[in-house]
Amino acid sequence: MEILNYAFMQRALLAAVLVGITAPAVGIYLVQRRQALMGDGIGHVAMTGVGLGFLLTWSPVWMATLVSVLGAVFMELVRWYARTRGDIALAMLFYGGMAGGVMFINLAPGGSTTNLSSFLFGSLSTVSESDVTAICLLAAFVVLVTVGLRRQLFAVSQDEEFARVTGLPVRFLNLLTAITAAVTVSVAMRVVGLLLVSALMVVPVAAAQQLTRSFAATFAIAVAIGVSATLGGTVTSYYQDVPPGATIVLLTIATFIALTLLATPLTRRRARALAAAQPGGDPAECAIPAGRKGRDEVGA
Amino acid sequence: MTEPVIALRGVRAELGSRPVLRGIDLTVHRGEVVALLGANGSGKSTAVRSVIGQVPAAAGEIELFGTPQRRFRDWARVGYVPQRTTAAGGVPATVTEVVSSGRLARTRFGVFRKADREAVRGALELVGLADRAKDAVDALSGGQHQRVLIARALAAGPELLIMDEPMAGVDLVSQEVLAETLRHQVSEGATVLLVLHELGPLEPLIDRAIVLRDGCVLHDGPPPKALGQHALPGHDHVHPHAPAGAEPIRTGLLS
Repeated sequence: MEILNYAFMQRALLAAVLVGITAPAVGIYLVQRRQALMGDGIGHVAMTGVGLGFLLTWSPVWMATLVSVLGAVFMELVRWYARTRGDIALAMLFYGGMAGGVMFINLAPGGSTTNLSSFLFGSLSTVSESDVTAICLLAAFVVLVTVGLRRQLFAVSQDEEFARVTGLPVRFLNLLTAITAAVTVSVAMRVVGLLLVSALMVVPVAAAQQLTRSFAATFAIAVAIGVSATLGGTVTSYYQDVPPGATIVLLTIATFIALTLLATPLTRRRARALAAAQPGGDPAECAIPAGRKGRDEVGA
Repeated sequence: MTEPVIALRGVRAELGSRPVLRGIDLTVHRGEVVALLGANGSGKSTAVRSVIGQVPAAAGEIELFGTPQRRFRDWARVGYVPQRTTAAGGVPATVTEVVSSGRLARTRFGVFRKADREAVRGALELVGLADRAKDAVDALSGGQHQRVLIARALAAGPELLIMDEPMAGVDLVSQEVLAETLRHQVSEGATVLLVLHELGPLEPLIDRAIVLRDGCVLHDGPPPKALGQHALPGHDHVHPHAPAGAEPIRTGLLS
């Protein structure tokens, strides 16, 4: 494995594994609460953070984390207080975030929009030592929250109203979900890029759902798909000189399509087994008396 | 009489700027089964949602187990069945996973012990879904979804059950199972407040009915008996002692 001899590839592969774990781990809760596009919105906001990082010559990863966490908290507040006009407020936040990023990076000394592109689409070879430290710390936080609080987050994402009546701190858990999603965006930014982060949060979960009946299994399979895709994409981009972010996302979508095709006969067989198991038999299809059917066909 | 489990005094609530509750008094004592009836838009769901703090009260007092609702924290004593047509979310989940959510109130930091798993299993047996425990909730019928939601509320072993239209869209078999589950809970000493569109198969269980109309309490007493002409759908309730020329009261109960 000559690929492992290069320090930059070691860093890239480590970052890829961490992204493969964290993005679906957060994404599953977003999909469950039907906010699949939230990651995309946070990605846009994070651009302002990257721009500010360049302008102030601070680490773009930490700056993106800070700004996207603020953006995510703002989005949660909008969800509480401005239910009716919420979508307009969010649209302004997203596009403001994108415009802010472009503006700040052009104001930065020697900065131009080309600096931004490695953040927009991911660039493994530029993952630095300090980036890896940041990614490791942030990923540890994400795993701690999404695994440690899985029962609470499941309850809140499944039925917010019910969760409140069981005494769960619903507002805190919603904020925590938003913050964790924002942190994940910063983790994944270097590998898949801000514009493709959301795909890695959502598509592995959607792909896993084709096979599973339980939340726990969906979680495990989504993470497995995420890690396979990020590792596969990273290795492919090393040998074939293709952009890693795009390769990873296309791999997850290919997995989704493959599993969907595979799952169709599987669900059919499962439904048949279920019908057979039911006492008295539950016919899967309406039985039309043969004579009647013939007559109808003649009439038509 | 003992202290009331639920007490509402002069509660007003608004949705948007439209008044939905215009000062209602409502008391449920320990061991009682109280039905909240009324036409669509009469405020019955809002009344229940104000009890559990989902709708803020603009005025009046709400107490749960003698504690002002704002300071009430002992939510494991309350089992809530929201008005839903499905128990499913955006990701597949098994019946056990959904019902386990209801047990969280009894755990520390969401760590499940043997007793918690047994309680979830017990709740599923009560609603007759133990054999479906590992199935995805998506695979269930409408009535079975409602049974899952009720098992979720029962998983914490609550003293008070609050149900919002548990019979809506439920097939006959599930209605019977729900009535039996409720009968069992009542025999164990549970207090029940439930929103109903019609009394239906639960009628023999109900001690008292509170009928709302336009956000006010219209009737508080024994459940209205539907007899003779009254049993016919869509009849108008005319009170002989109402002032002459008063509009007949349409409770909408039987429509």
